[in-house]
Amino acid sequence: MSSPAVTHPSDPPASAAFLAGMRAGLLSVFSLVLAATYVGIGALSQGLGLTLWWSLTATVLFWAAPAQVIFIAALAGGAPLLETAAAVSISGVRLLPMVVAILPLLKRPDTPLYRLLWAVHLTSIATWIEGQRGLPQWPRERRIAFYNGLGAGMCIPAASCTVLGYALAGRLPAMLGAALLFITPLVFLTSLVRNARDGVDRLALALGLATAPVFAVLEVGLDLVWTGVVAGTAAYAAQRWTRRQP
Amino acid sequence: MSAMHGELWLYGALVVAGFLPHEIWRWIGMVLSRGLDERSEIVIWVRAVATAILAGVIAKLTLAPTGALAAIPLAVRLGAIAVGFAAFLALRRSVLAGVLAGEAALMLGAALAVP
Repeated sequence: MSSPAVTHPSDPPASAAFLAGMRAGLLSVFSLVLAATYVGIGALSQGLGLTLWWSLTATVLFWAAPAQVIFIAALAGGAPLLETAAAVSISGVRLLPMVVAILPLLKRPDTPLYRLLWAVHLTSIATWIEGQRGLPQWPRERRIAFYNGLGAGMCIPAASCTVLGYALAGRLPAMLGAALLFITPLVFLTSLVRNARDGVDRLALALGLATAPVFAVLEVGLDLVWTGVVAGTAAYAAQRWTRRQP
Repeated sequence: MSAMHGELWLYGALVVAGFLPHEIWRWIGMVLSRGLDERSEIVIWVRAVATAILAGVIAKLTLAPTGALAAIPLAVRLGAIAVGFAAFLALRRSVLAGVLAGEAALMLGAALAVP
């Protein structure tokens, strides 16, 4: 069976796409976010008596800071494993829509699933946002390589700052700790606005900001998922409605 | 903790009670995305949901933070976010400019508010 030609001689090689992705990941402002986040996680892990190698393994296996924090806190608190697994799993639900939204940019209809395993593992907020920005500039055949490179590049600050935080544990001044924590909301907000492709994205952001405190106060379970479904659907519906108007 | 459990037990727990229940959502997303096109209506809707979830994360991190950030008054945090966002808009939509301005406002506000 012959498949249609999927690469062009003029396409850059996959290795070039991977390296360009790595470079984009390292130079991204999200490397700053990851560095700040994982300094905190490294310090927390040290404080809870976990080994450095275990903490590094957890950084790479979760590749999502909230899940890692929930897991080590539960482990340290002596929570039952089933309860821990449930809490970690709930924090991972938000990754599902991200994967569904980014994969159509990455693959072709006939791309086998195993070629996407590393790419879906790397999907977290940082790669999702930078991927949406960088991927369209590459020919489709090189996008998986670019995206894998992006994630690999972002693993460098994440892993090295896990080590740094582990080493610095207990010696970080409180004001620096507060400043590190504040990088995350600043970067998320500005980069989402920068990346917004159209009105739906901007409206979903604004409605999400407004709805999240309501769901948090109501103390419903899965408040982030509810925020996403309610505000995201409202933004989508509003955009469809305005599109239909003459 | 290490006194209670062996090192190998901790690695096993990480995979079984941490990695697998978390990673499953990425795998489900991978299977669900089969046959979807990036401009299809479902993908536009799903992207709006994912964006709104991120907005929720931003709101929670700002309004109800944990750790050292919680010691800084809410008004200072909100003001600093506003300053950062204004700087981002004013300075050619530079995320870095937004971060630097927001952090400077946070430090200044904290110094004035917390004696």
